[in-house]
Amino acid sequence: MSKWKERIGKILRSMRYILSLTIVLAALWLAVSGVYKPLIMLLGVGSVALVVWLATRMKVVGVEHNPALYAGRLPLYWGWLAWQIVLANLNVARLILNPAQVRPRVFKVKVPHDTAVAGAAYANSVTLTPGTVSLQMTAGELTVHALDRRSAEELKSGAMARRIAWLEGSDTEHP
Amino acid sequence: MIETVIDIVSWICLLLGGAFGIIGGLGLVRLPDFFTRLHAAGVAETLCPLLIVLGLVLQSGLSLLTLKLVLILLFLLFTAPTATHAVARAAMLDGVEPSLGNDESEPTSGEPSSNT
Repeated sequence: MSKWKERIGKILRSMRYILSLTIVLAALWLAVSGVYKPLIMLLGVGSVALVVWLATRMKVVGVEHNPALYAGRLPLYWGWLAWQIVLANLNVARLILNPAQVRPRVFKVKVPHDTAVAGAAYANSVTLTPGTVSLQMTAGELTVHALDRRSAEELKSGAMARRIAWLEGSDTEHP
Repeated sequence: MIETVIDIVSWICLLLGGAFGIIGGLGLVRLPDFFTRLHAAGVAETLCPLLIVLGLVLQSGLSLLTLKLVLILLFLLFTAPTATHAVARAAMLDGVEPSLGNDESEPTSGEPSSNT
């Protein structure tokens, strides 16, 4: 009996995430579908239910996987990241047109973040800006391949790591 | 009048996006080794779609289509670095040595490495 109680308690606790996942999926379906006939709507409900069921079975429903967590700060970070991507692209485009200036290098940077999702966001952002690619991530350290000195210095300055920390909400620990 | 301006801006975005796509493709051929070429692919999968989607959004105006275009961009920007990282990590674990260049030394030659 206690096993059942435990299980029900677990389901109730994850209900919040299941609900937010359902809402996000339903909104996505409504936006992308554009056909609002009863049969199609029913199929939409069915597919949302299927995805939520699969997600709970895979145990990927949880706070780490919920993008709504960063909802307020995420657009601001994306705006900043988009600008960084533009700048990095101009630098790499210049290097492609003049490959003699390419000075590839491999180095490590600290990952000062507490949660795995922030670390993943950091590694992904590093790869997303051309000129730097994350090669390998270990606990607290990220191995990076950079195309030239400017790309490497940009990353080593820690501006991106600070913004991710702000995104994560742990920036008070790393002023 | 305003439509003409939007049209022109949209075309500038589309053409610039196409130009960066070509530069990315050029980089895939010109850069010296496997790891440096990843950066060239990065150009073709970040700024190129960014500009093209921006140009298409300006063409479509505010509608459901806009949302779909932005979603395409969003999914692309989430999956591209993951794929790049997977390829880079696999190459590194497989023992592909990145060619390294010092700031003082001679620049690395444009010759492709045999590892690629």
